[in-house]
Amino acid sequence: MAITTDTFDEAIERKQHSWLATILGSQTFWVLIAVILASVFLSFATDSFATTKNLYNITRNVTFVAIIALGMTVVIITGGIDLSVGSVLCLCSMVLAVVMHAGHSIEVGIAASMGTALLIGAFNGILIAYLNFPPFVVTLGMLSIARSLAMVASNNTVVFQFGPDHDKLLALGGGAWFLGIANPVLYMVVLALMTGFVLRWTRFGRYVFAIGDNEHAATLTGVPVRKIKVAVYMISALSAGIAGIIQTGWLGAVTTNIGAGMELQVIAAAVIGGADLAGGVGTAFGAIVGAALIEVIRNSLGLLGINAFWQGAFIGGAIVLAVLFDRIRNFQQSE
Amino acid sequence: MAVLELTNISKHFGAIQAVNDVSLSIEAGQVVGLMGDNGAGKSTLVKMIAGNFRPSHGTMHLDGLELILHRPVEARQHGIEIVHQDLALCNNLTSAANVFLGRELRHGFGPFRVLDYRRMYRRAGEIFRELKSETRPRDLVKQMSGGQRQAVAIARTMLSEAKIVLMDEPTASISVRQVTEVLHLIRQLRDRGIAVVLISHRMPDVFAVADRVIVMRRGRKVADKQIAASSPEEVTGLITGAIERV
Ligand SMILES: Nc1ncnc2c1ncn2[C@@H]1O[C@H](COP(=O)(O)OP(=O)(O)OP(=O)(O)O)[C@@H](O)[C@H]1O
Ligand SMILES: [Mg+2]
Repeated sequence: MAITTDTFDEAIERKQHSWLATILGSQTFWVLIAVILASVFLSFATDSFATTKNLYNITRNVTFVAIIALGMTVVIITGGIDLSVGSVLCLCSMVLAVVMHAGHSIEVGIAASMGTALLIGAFNGILIAYLNFPPFVVTLGMLSIARSLAMVASNNTVVFQFGPDHDKLLALGGGAWFLGIANPVLYMVVLALMTGFVLRWTRFGRYVFAIGDNEHAATLTGVPVRKIKVAVYMISALSAGIAGIIQTGWLGAVTTNIGAGMELQVIAAAVIGGADLAGGVGTAFGAIVGAALIEVIRNSLGLLGINAFWQGAFIGGAIVLAVLFDRIRNFQQSE
Repeated sequence: MAVLELTNISKHFGAIQAVNDVSLSIEAGQVVGLMGDNGAGKSTLVKMIAGNFRPSHGTMHLDGLELILHRPVEARQHGIEIVHQDLALCNNLTSAANVFLGRELRHGFGPFRVLDYRRMYRRAGEIFRELKSETRPRDLVKQMSGGQRQAVAIARTMLSEAKIVLMDEPTASISVRQVTEVLHLIRQLRDRGIAVVLISHRMPDVFAVADRVIVMRRGRKVADKQIAASSPEEVTGLITGAIERV
């Protein structure tokens, strides 16, 4: 008996799995390997993949989906879903564009845009948390409402003149202020670190996981479930708003169809990166890796000369394959 | 003087009268067995004391002061701890995270406070050792046995010095050895002057540790007497309704 009994300190330090087993068992790790292998393969198979210009483009293109996938991951961990992000991105871009076009400074434009995002997130969250609406229904409604509002705000025109701070906005999204890395990539890295920190080290993050696994238990133990739920939908909408602001600066124009269908890409990125739609599981790093895999697939099809119509099939295949790994692992554990 | 006093407490959920006009008082260091058939209203009653439900009618007093609870956190601040019938555990969190759920230890200041993992692991480890449980603080609850899960739920009640510990079927799914451990714990709590309410369907457990037994039937209190003055047969009769009330 004495052989199997831990001392007190051993018992406290003892983990169920070594860090190696934890990494090898994580879906995110295998998706990361897939991204790396695909990149290595493309570097050899094509002349154009590993060029500075292409890598610059890829990393920048990843960011718009990745930034929203961070917010989406937080929502998914609570067991929710946010279908409105593509439309919210559009509305927030349009608010920024219209406000700046009217002659206001970039600060005012960004504040108005983020304020809009937070308002929409709070609206979604309150309906879901306090009136017990299903997240799917509320955010599906908002998908329609937000895009419609963007059309109303702009009278369905294209805005490409942003008033006195026009150049500042373009530099914000299109520049590369640090080591030649595209600005959007820097924002993405900072936001990913922040999200990862919050999920791992704050009480808020812990509650997000608790709610996603067992909302009833969280309620019984006194977790402020409703407030946390409102907050996560605000975070999700804010991430869409931030992506919209950056994308506006990069594109230099806003139309009322930007972000259309983006919610599906974002959800795909989160799920490929290991977030579980049933709730309780997900990481910030996974969101980024998932978004990267989608972008690498898109980019490589073009470079390899494969018809763009195949894109959907490959991305869909990646979703199923990534989750398949996870299922196989679960089967092994349950046996 | 009574630590806890309930006066004419009722709770209805729509048309369902879950608890109907219950009054009782519990002294410090007293173990009260609360028994009754399924749906008798036992869990609902203790959930009101733990701040999970607000009573529809009636008042509660703790140490002579009126007790009005809006949230479970407030009950804990008053020294009321509960082991929920369904344990209220999150499978995706470690046992230590579950023990501290809703009252995480943090360090730092102001808005920059972060979770103090070290201290939480250590404290949870100490409590598990005290409970003589094989549970380890860093293990995920998902992979735990029924007894270990129960230990995690019970460990929550030991985080701070409580006045009252409410246990909703703490011995429902555990081995004989662990039942002995839980009963031993209840006696320890009693010896420290803590009042314990033990809900159980297991007659031997109640007769082993309780000083008093309260029987509920269809939301009403039908008996409240010293264990020495009662018998398992009588309590069974009260639960089923064969004996109307004493
Ligand atoms: N949240 C709720 N909403 C509606 N009805 C409820 C709720 N909680 C309990 N009830 C009802 O209240 C009554 C009493 O339930 P309660 O859980 O208190 O019984 P119990 O004595 O704990 O039973 P058991 O021994 O099965 O645990 C039941 O009819 C139950 O259906
Ligand atoms: Mg019950």
